[in-house]
Amino acid sequence: MKQFPIRILIAKPGLDGHDRGAKVIARGLRDAGMEVIYTGLRQSPQMIAEAALQEDVNIVGLSILSGSHMTLVPAIRAEMDAMDLASVPLVLGGILPDEDQRALLDGGVSAVFGPGAGLGEIVSTIEQLCARPADQTT
Amino acid sequence: MRAASRSDNVNFEDIRAGDRRALSRFLTLVENSRDVVAEELAELSRRADDHQIIGVTGPPGSGKSTLIAALTKLYREVGRTVAIVAVDPSSPFTGGALLGDRIRLKALAGDKGVFIRSMASRGSLGGLAWRTQDVVRVLAAAGFNIVIVETVGAGQTEVDIAGLSPTTVVVQAPGAGDDVQANKAGLLEIADILVVNKSDLPGAERAKNALKAMLDLGHPTKAKAQDQPIWVPPIVLTSAIEERGINDLAECIASQFSYMQKHGLLVAFQEAQLRAEFMHRLRETLQRRLFDTFTAEEFAGIIRRMVQERIEPQRAVDQLLQNVEFRRRK
Ligand SMILES: Nc1nc2c(ncn2[C@@H]2O[C@H](COP(=O)(O)OP(=O)(O)O)[C@@H](O)[C@H]2O)c(=O)[nH]1
Ligand SMILES: [Mg+2]
Repeated sequence: MKQFPIRILIAKPGLDGHDRGAKVIARGLRDAGMEVIYTGLRQSPQMIAEAALQEDVNIVGLSILSGSHMTLVPAIRAEMDAMDLASVPLVLGGILPDEDQRALLDGGVSAVFGPGAGLGEIVSTIEQLCARPADQTT
Repeated sequence: MRAASRSDNVNFEDIRAGDRRALSRFLTLVENSRDVVAEELAELSRRADDHQIIGVTGPPGSGKSTLIAALTKLYREVGRTVAIVAVDPSSPFTGGALLGDRIRLKALAGDKGVFIRSMASRGSLGGLAWRTQDVVRVLAAAGFNIVIVETVGAGQTEVDIAGLSPTTVVVQAPGAGDDVQANKAGLLEIADILVVNKSDLPGAERAKNALKAMLDLGHPTKAKAQDQPIWVPPIVLTSAIEERGINDLAECIASQFSYMQKHGLLVAFQEAQLRAEFMHRLRETLQRRLFDTFTAEEFAGIIRRMVQERIEPQRAVDQLLQNVEFRRRK
């Protein structure tokens, strides 16, 4: 049984113009053996969902520093669900108050990584979330 | 455990009717488990309508993705649908890949007439060409009028991949000194159209002249038969970010395509490609089947004896194969 690399979309929604952090994570995930599709800055929820669909990724990672996670993340989740991507997990990196974190985790986000999260933790969480049933591989 | 996903995951009608989710999932199956969906793939390929495949290659950073975005915009304006396959290298050490071409294709987002798929090379150099070809076939069968394949051209192996499209556009950027990078990688030889992109920067004319001088030395053309008129690759100056020269490029692509059609070269190209794919698959299958007939101990044993008893390598191979039955030609 052969395992194929995890395909992950790393997206940067919202208007903030910094993607240094997202790029560092993207490179780290690549070095951990994943196929990372990086979309660049200022992606709308619809663009992100559409990219996830076209690339048939196993998981989507968002980087949000603008503070608008409470509007952006549910919008992205809703777009993805509407495109039949409800089974594709969403993870989030950023600086979030605890109550926001809890709300998002209840609302369709599978993991939230704060600024202190190490790459090892991020990698293993993603790997667990992507552990696919046997019939997905040959 | 269920049997590996097959036709229950593939609905041709859905794919042909423009279901992007069905298309996308089938592309993953084609990439990961080709043997499982070989029949479905063949069936789909038979249904492909008229389409045009354009390969775009050249060194990293020369502006291929940006140029593809501009070209696609132009095709969309005249109502043609476009699929883009962007291939980037996997790391040979970790198997991971960073696929960043969508950054430059952002302006195409939201258009249902465009479909973009990123692919990692996954190390298998021979295999990549055919894997890309399979993906292209599916996209063509899904009804896209034009399929554009972006590959990084930096060495000989990429030349193989680029050689899969009947139209190959080689993109250069000025400023790489007087020596033109294309020639080093053998890319000049596979070019049907040469582009000097970033012509908004200084040195573009000089790069064009350098390319022209090289072409004048003689360009090995795709027209094999003596009586065919020769296609001389045009050199086009473009600025992808300022969207200049894109019309010229589209015109060159169109006239090269009709040249291929008019002289039966498109059909010849497709036949040659099928032949090459057959040989590749034959070699791969033979190797796999043969290797399957030996145990790891048998391999280790013959290699150990070769080293210890100083058996000449070809003799060692002959010894290993002496008990394998091949059908003899009478
Ligand atoms: N000045 C200038 N820069 C360009 C042009 N086309 C692309 N670029 C820039 O060159 C860089 C690489 O472009 P990209 O399309 O990703 O190149 P690729 O690696 O060949 O696909 C980006 O920063 C682009 O904005 C152009 O026509 N003129
Ligand atoms: Mg590119």
